[in-house]
Amino acid sequence: MVLATSMTIPDILVFVTGALMILVGAAGVIVAKNPVHSALCLVLTLFGVAVLFIEQQADFLAAVQVIVYAGAVVVMFLFVIMFLGVDRTEDVHDEPLMGQRPLAIGLVLVLVGSIVALGSEAKWSGGSHSVVGINQGPYQNVANLGKAIFTTYLFAFEITSALLVIAVVGAVVLARRSMITNAPRTDSLGNPLGATTDFEGADR
Amino acid sequence: MSIPSSWYLILAALLFGIGALGVLIRRNVLIMFMCIELMLNAATLTFVTFSRTLNDIGGQADVFFILVVAAAEVVVGLGIVVAIFRRRSTADADEISSMEG
Repeated sequence: MVLATSMTIPDILVFVTGALMILVGAAGVIVAKNPVHSALCLVLTLFGVAVLFIEQQADFLAAVQVIVYAGAVVVMFLFVIMFLGVDRTEDVHDEPLMGQRPLAIGLVLVLVGSIVALGSEAKWSGGSHSVVGINQGPYQNVANLGKAIFTTYLFAFEITSALLVIAVVGAVVLARRSMITNAPRTDSLGNPLGATTDFEGADR
Repeated sequence: MSIPSSWYLILAALLFGIGALGVLIRRNVLIMFMCIELMLNAATLTFVTFSRTLNDIGGQADVFFILVVAAAEVVVGLGIVVAIFRRRSTADADEISSMEG
């Protein structure tokens, strides 16, 4: 926090721009009636977060944020929305439960208030930190991050690969239709199960 | 680089709150998923802020792993949504109620 007193006008402009992108996009996600509009507002938020990453010298993470989130995750969301055909508008005006909205807003206000209160009370910096600074020289962010991931965090990185394999296998098992049993099957009431409604892969 | 980190932390708290609000009030499963992504992004923003404040690359490494977990979560979650939609033809959380007592 040594640098906190030396704000410059460009820094403030970049921060305000990123913050506006984030907040407007997030509000759009939960207000939009059409899921496609929600997904596009999500892109706005993700780009805003990437802007703030760059402002905080996390260059590599900003690039990954744009590539993975805006490039892959949101495209997958849009693909599923179009695939399922749920891009009709939801009526956001009728409340399914009485008092759900006011209660939710109250809870969230309490949540944010307590987070901010905790943050303002806490003594943040503690312990000896560490090993590698985020920037030990010009344009060293990627090198430092790579060094940290492949030395200090090597075990977590390897576990990550197992997680990705599990996710891929799980998605395939969930999404496929069974090709093994082609004989007509019946459910517990004796009605034949149509090919469009069963997904045996998920039962196992 | 010289914005006080408290600004970023308050912004991340607001983003997390908006995401939580979306999960609580929306009924479309896909939009609830997007709100979970918003909350994850609030967490990553906090990590990067502390990484800069403490001058420690570990926070950015954590964000890297959060990104991987988020991608895996979206893959499995959307697979579940597709499977439910095939069986019930709805993406509305209130109508997926067959497990209630």
